[in-house]
Amino acid sequence: MGELLVMAAIATCVKILLLPSYHSTDFEVHRNWLAITHSLPVDRWYVDETSEWTLDYPPFFAWFERLLSAFAAVWDPRIVDLSAGKNYASASCLLFQRGSVMVADSVLYLGLWSYCKGMAPDKRKLVYAVVVFSPGLLIVDHIHFQYNGFLLGILLLSLAALKQGKDLLGGVIFAALVCFKHLFAVAGPVYFVYLLRHYCSGPRRLRNFFQLAISVLGVVVLAFGPFAYYGQVGSASFSSPFLCTSKLCFQIQQVLRRLFPFGRGLCHAYWAPNIWAMYNTADKALSILFKAAGFKVNSTTAAYTGGLVGEFSSYAVLPSITPLITFAMVLSSLVPWLYKIWRNPQPSRVVYYITYAYMCGFMFGWHVHEKASLHFVVPFSLIAVESMDNANDYLFLSTVCYYSLFPLLYEAPEYPIKVLVLLLYSTLLWDCFSNYFSVKVDGKGEDKSKASRHSRTALGRLKSSYLAGMILIEIYGQFGHRFLFPQRLEFLPLMLVSAYCSIGVFYIWVQWFRSGFSIHDWSTLPPPKDKKFGV
Amino acid sequence: MPKNPKILFFPSLGFIGIMRDAPSFRVSAIFISAVAVLIRLLTGLHSYSGAGNPPKYGDYEAQRHWMELTINLPVSDWYRNTTDNDLGYWGLDYPPLTAYQSYIHGVFMRKFDEQSVALHSSRGYESLHSKVLMRWTVVLSDLAIFFPAAIAFVAAYYRQRSHEERVWVLALILLQPALILIDHGHFQYNCLSLGLAIGAAAAVISRWEIVACVLFSLSLNHKQMSMYYAPAFFSHLLGISLRKKYPVLNVLKLGAAVLSTFALCWWPFLHSREAVLQVLSRLVPIHRGLFEDYVSNFWCVSNLLIKWKQLLPDRVLVQLAFVATLACILPSMLQQILRPSRRGFLLAMFNCSFAFYFFSYQVHEKSILLPVIPGTLLALDEPLVWRWLIPGALMSMFPLLVRDGLLLPYFALLLLFFLGFVPLRSFNPVAASSLLGGFVLHLTYLLLDPPARYPYLFEAFIAAYTFAYFAAIFLYTNYRQWSRNRVLSSTQKRKKKV
Repeated sequence: MGELLVMAAIATCVKILLLPSYHSTDFEVHRNWLAITHSLPVDRWYVDETSEWTLDYPPFFAWFERLLSAFAAVWDPRIVDLSAGKNYASASCLLFQRGSVMVADSVLYLGLWSYCKGMAPDKRKLVYAVVVFSPGLLIVDHIHFQYNGFLLGILLLSLAALKQGKDLLGGVIFAALVCFKHLFAVAGPVYFVYLLRHYCSGPRRLRNFFQLAISVLGVVVLAFGPFAYYGQVGSASFSSPFLCTSKLCFQIQQVLRRLFPFGRGLCHAYWAPNIWAMYNTADKALSILFKAAGFKVNSTTAAYTGGLVGEFSSYAVLPSITPLITFAMVLSSLVPWLYKIWRNPQPSRVVYYITYAYMCGFMFGWHVHEKASLHFVVPFSLIAVESMDNANDYLFLSTVCYYSLFPLLYEAPEYPIKVLVLLLYSTLLWDCFSNYFSVKVDGKGEDKSKASRHSRTALGRLKSSYLAGMILIEIYGQFGHRFLFPQRLEFLPLMLVSAYCSIGVFYIWVQWFRSGFSIHDWSTLPPPKDKKFGV
Repeated sequence: MPKNPKILFFPSLGFIGIMRDAPSFRVSAIFISAVAVLIRLLTGLHSYSGAGNPPKYGDYEAQRHWMELTINLPVSDWYRNTTDNDLGYWGLDYPPLTAYQSYIHGVFMRKFDEQSVALHSSRGYESLHSKVLMRWTVVLSDLAIFFPAAIAFVAAYYRQRSHEERVWVLALILLQPALILIDHGHFQYNCLSLGLAIGAAAAVISRWEIVACVLFSLSLNHKQMSMYYAPAFFSHLLGISLRKKYPVLNVLKLGAAVLSTFALCWWPFLHSREAVLQVLSRLVPIHRGLFEDYVSNFWCVSNLLIKWKQLLPDRVLVQLAFVATLACILPSMLQQILRPSRRGFLLAMFNCSFAFYFFSYQVHEKSILLPVIPGTLLALDEPLVWRWLIPGALMSMFPLLVRDGLLLPYFALLLLFFLGFVPLRSFNPVAASSLLGGFVLHLTYLLLDPPARYPYLFEAFIAAYTFAYFAAIFLYTNYRQWSRNRVLSSTQKRKKKV
């Protein structure tokens, strides 16, 4: 606990130093939510459109904002003023909002602590450091502005409960998490199968099943219930059952419409490094090829040459993708693992299940943000030092994913900061992992035969050269591009970053996917690599 | 357990044996330097002296104004009052090397943001872009001079120490919060003059006496404040020379090195007596009084009881300050002339600069950086000094930094310093209670309004509190300079027991 506190204090110092750095529109979004939840009655929360940044997180998060707004009102009443507070970003507002993220991070530390209880001290310290000093959380939460640390902390609490065999608690916390941010629902099938087979088995399976179902439903009702209730109360004066139901439906529909904006398109403005980034790039390349070959190509694709890669859902050559396709792909990529969980649900493997689930959601999901890579990188860090292969994969994957966050920060003051933070993190991890695994060999002699072959973590030639390529991509994007194509093809550097990173993420995903089929022992995950990819 | 990393970094964590297996000191030095650059950049995100505060702004505007002057006016006009150079508005009052440095940075600024250094029209020019550029000029100066000097010093002075200890002391020098806050927060280029002085100290330790003389002369020519170190360099080099075969010849050689460096720096002004005097008149600020604001030195603190400025005329005060300073530096100088040694030389640097800080005329809060540097350089030899000195130095600058809007980085860097370098177990009751006292004073300053009759009461409290520390440290280090035994650090004690 002491070590965690010290690390958290160090990280907090860095966060304080980052306070005046660039913040995205998310800062104003969250400020507006403070204002909405503070100055409006509950039934207006999801209806209000005073500001364009309407509330689009599930109800628990709205309540969280309500809680914060109580303090904000005391701190500086203008923050929670619906109209006068618009685009309010004074020093006091900045301090309050940034401070609230730092304080909310204590949930992350709590989750981390409760997951790491009972680990060997060396290993625990390493896991703490890997999570606490994560540049991804720094970039997304403390520069760009969001509350991912808080939400991931809830996820870690749930994972800790599952690991300790407290299935019911884990399930309930997860249900609550989904009611904080619905994007976490991707792991729903995994939770469902795991809890069904692990908790609802044995002699008391029926009792347990109903216990679980009622608790989870209870959480959902607690979250969405008030909106249903206010819908009914509001329409009671009409004394017509029809109107009454329609009003209820309206409220729930309104909440759901806000939560699932399918109108937004397959990809975000900047493509997250997933399969669709590759798909888009392939489409672009093919359309150029076809044009060169003299075919007539759909000309609407010119849309994304004007600067930012806009919302992109019409393809020149390849078939377009619908939400249903992405949904089916996420689910089917989960199937081998779901089968595996069904056969043998193991509490010690829960983190692997969840990490994989979020990886699939990221690879194939609809309108995925690059920030969603935190959803699997942070859980992955809990198991990063379980084995040397994990350490290798984690070092690689976290570097790729965090690098793909770079375009979030595009202003000059933050540029050297994000580069240095990532470089230092990766170097430090590499050093710590090498130390950890070499000490482990000297000390207890665990997996001696294997570790003595490679006493230091080594990424291997393929991954190292891939990471080196990343540096080239970055140099090209920052300097090379403006010499080669001045004032033209402005989307190209960003496209290169996301396409290049997607290859790295895809590589790791394929290994995990394959391990879903393998009958190989679980303790080496992913399975032993081919000789030519190895060290 | 020889394989286990020695616990030096984040001692309360006992875990990061940074670069334990690093192939060389150089690799670790690069890593530490990267961390140091990151902290500097983070500090640079915050406000600076006089941000958005017309008509005179602050040190940031002064530095920018000098860039504007030097790239737009002929050298002969840099220190002269002309229609294009109003000396009343941040006239150049540092020696020529600062002017040349401003010229180079001015060219850099002009390349990326022409408006920011345009003659006349750029007064008070502030933009996000130009702030980033200005911050970069400091970071680059730091990287060019201060970092190499610190690495060279550690490599030279701590040659016999273990790898971990050398990395640790390098980290302490590069991450020392007082300098970071002044250079990268408040906005100045102390890293240049102090870096040159550290380089000179490294040269002295390596017995490259001519290099030392050249580097120290350069340091003096960047900021006249480096004079605080001059007695130490002078007496040590004299002491060394006296022990050589041809003492007079050696002194002459070193004197020639100093004079020719000075001549080179002053070359553009050497054509007439008048020009030299003009520059000199800008460098000696007699008219500015015994002290400014609330600095933790003898004059300011004793002024609470004895009103020096009303009691005596300026001329007498100057003489008084001179005599008092001389009396305080004499023991250290004498020691170095009689028994020159490397450790004694660093202690003399420390003692002399503190003597100047306490007693010389026109001392600024920021001058505490001068004693802080040798105090940090001696960290492994004098483990008691840096632990008390660095927090004390920070605290003595607290009111200044609050005025600059640097409250948050102040606390963040102070906390990082404690977490990174000071082990929890070293907090004995004395340390804990002094820390508590300091904390209470900070809170008082921030939260309470001073009584209307004494608007600067809390500043005076802070000055008096830190002065007590400084005086105690000063007496202790003077004692240490004359005593021959070394203080053993805890790690060495442990080694001895084994």
